[in-house]
Amino acid sequence: MTQQMTSPEHIEYVLRLGDNALILGQRLSEWCGHAPVLEEDMALANMSLDLIGQARMLLTHAGRLEGRGRDEDQLAFLRTEPNYRNLTLCELPNQDFARTMVRNFLYSSFQKLLWERLMTSSDAELAAIAAKSIKEARYHAQHAGDWVIRLGDGTAESHARAQGALDYLWPYTAEFFAATPVDDTVAAAGVGPAWSELETAWEALVLPVLAEATLTVPARTPFRSYGKFGRHSEHMGHLLAEMQIMQRTYPGAQW
Amino acid sequence: MYTQALDIPQQNTEAKGPRTIENPAYQAEFDAKIDAGGYIEAKDWMPESYRKTLVRQISQHAHSEIVGMLPEGNWITRAPTLKRKAILLAKVQDEGGHGLYLYAAAETLGVSRDELLDALHSGRAKYSSIFNYPTLTWADIGVVGWLVDGAAIMNQIPLCKCSYGPYARAMVRICKEESFHQRQGYDLLLTMMKGTQEQRDMVQDAVNRWWWPSIMMFGPHDKDSTHSAQSARWGIKRISNDDLRQKFVDATVEQAKVLGVTMPDPELKWNEARGHYDFGAIDWDEFWNVVNGHGQGNVDRLAARVKAWDDGAWVREAALEYARKHDARDSQAA
Repeated sequence: MTQQMTSPEHIEYVLRLGDNALILGQRLSEWCGHAPVLEEDMALANMSLDLIGQARMLLTHAGRLEGRGRDEDQLAFLRTEPNYRNLTLCELPNQDFARTMVRNFLYSSFQKLLWERLMTSSDAELAAIAAKSIKEARYHAQHAGDWVIRLGDGTAESHARAQGALDYLWPYTAEFFAATPVDDTVAAAGVGPAWSELETAWEALVLPVLAEATLTVPARTPFRSYGKFGRHSEHMGHLLAEMQIMQRTYPGAQW
Repeated sequence: MYTQALDIPQQNTEAKGPRTIENPAYQAEFDAKIDAGGYIEAKDWMPESYRKTLVRQISQHAHSEIVGMLPEGNWITRAPTLKRKAILLAKVQDEGGHGLYLYAAAETLGVSRDELLDALHSGRAKYSSIFNYPTLTWADIGVVGWLVDGAAIMNQIPLCKCSYGPYARAMVRICKEESFHQRQGYDLLLTMMKGTQEQRDMVQDAVNRWWWPSIMMFGPHDKDSTHSAQSARWGIKRISNDDLRQKFVDATVEQAKVLGVTMPDPELKWNEARGHYDFGAIDWDEFWNVVNGHGQGNVDRLAARVKAWDDGAWVREAALEYARKHDARDSQAA
């Protein structure tokens, strides 16, 4: 075990990755049985499963790094809200299919870049998780990107909904790239990139697709969100209340 | 998940699609193939009543799969561990996949998925009544897997050899997944039964609520099942409702003993002479009430399906419009 060499920043970085996957996986699972067409029901369930699978590996790894005996479920279900480090974007309600697809596209494009870099992490376990997750992120970005184009360049209504979704979500993407001391430490140790380094590459991935979708990219505003620092939106508490109810109601029970 | 094909007195069974020209020579060929235990394929001639019966049965089955996603989907966001969440999500996704195979099998009989869904949404088509019962606790997820999927498997195994090829082949895949679901449900319950008294009580309560509806899944008694004889003749139905129900009861009672739960039936006991378990009288009023729309979940289940479909209309239109635009652009470029 490498735990004696592990810095708190390293643990937080892995937790952040795990929490992104957990919280977006939870959101996508809400679609199950309610999607616009059966094929999308299955695709959304599949992507949710991929993300929950990533969350299980990452939270297990974070628990081992931490060395306090917390397993994936203790980390997933028994932390308090400020201890979740996911991006605010992941916790926002699904709203409609347009917002769900635009979010998946913005997020999975970012994940694609991140997993590519993490494949060469000095943390061998994280590198192995990245090698598996990159394939999933590529598929998610392809699937969501195709829908963003179809919706943006579809009917007047779908265009308006996709544009509305982009207008709503775009300000939250600034958080992806906000600099943090955690990232600096982790980057210096070769564990993973500082997320702020990925902004140019991310724009190069998403802007052409948004242009093909005939969507207008909003200008950056002073708005900032702080989920990855533990300060979440009002939506997070409700998501956690639902997700945690069994573990909170029956402490210590095995399921 | 599963439905028994059910004959509903007031149901409009009129399905759109090709009309068959009755022809004694073709009929003789069809009968000979059925008698020899062969498969009828989509391009083969078939009597109109055979086609209609299959459309009704396969579409009811498909509808049951997608409505069946709702009671289990009810617990995905609240699953107690990540492993159980992943298992449940994968299971509900499988049910959606079964719906897809089955709608595709029905389409080989000359009806479209949209027509079939319209029949579901307008209340003309039925789905299995079992899904009108609520899933109230996490134990319900295990009991649905064990009893409801267990009953489904009993019903479905004979369908893997039914006379209509596309349906039989879909059922082979479905049965493999269903038996996996049943084992997962049973495993969930075993884990809970090894837990606290509160967890064991939760399992027993779920068994109390699901036992009778599960054995009703085999449909009315043979003497009251109007279309069974014709379906048996056609090789669509290989084993009678009552025989399947008995087989299910015999297998399940033994599993209940291992689990440590009791069935809510004081008359349930081994009959040495018959070599089967005897069980109490089924409350058919309850069964028909739920079939006819008066169960706890009927209104909500159908409303949830209709809402998903209506809310998704703009998405489906956008995909079509995008495809139209691109076809036009491609042909301009050519």
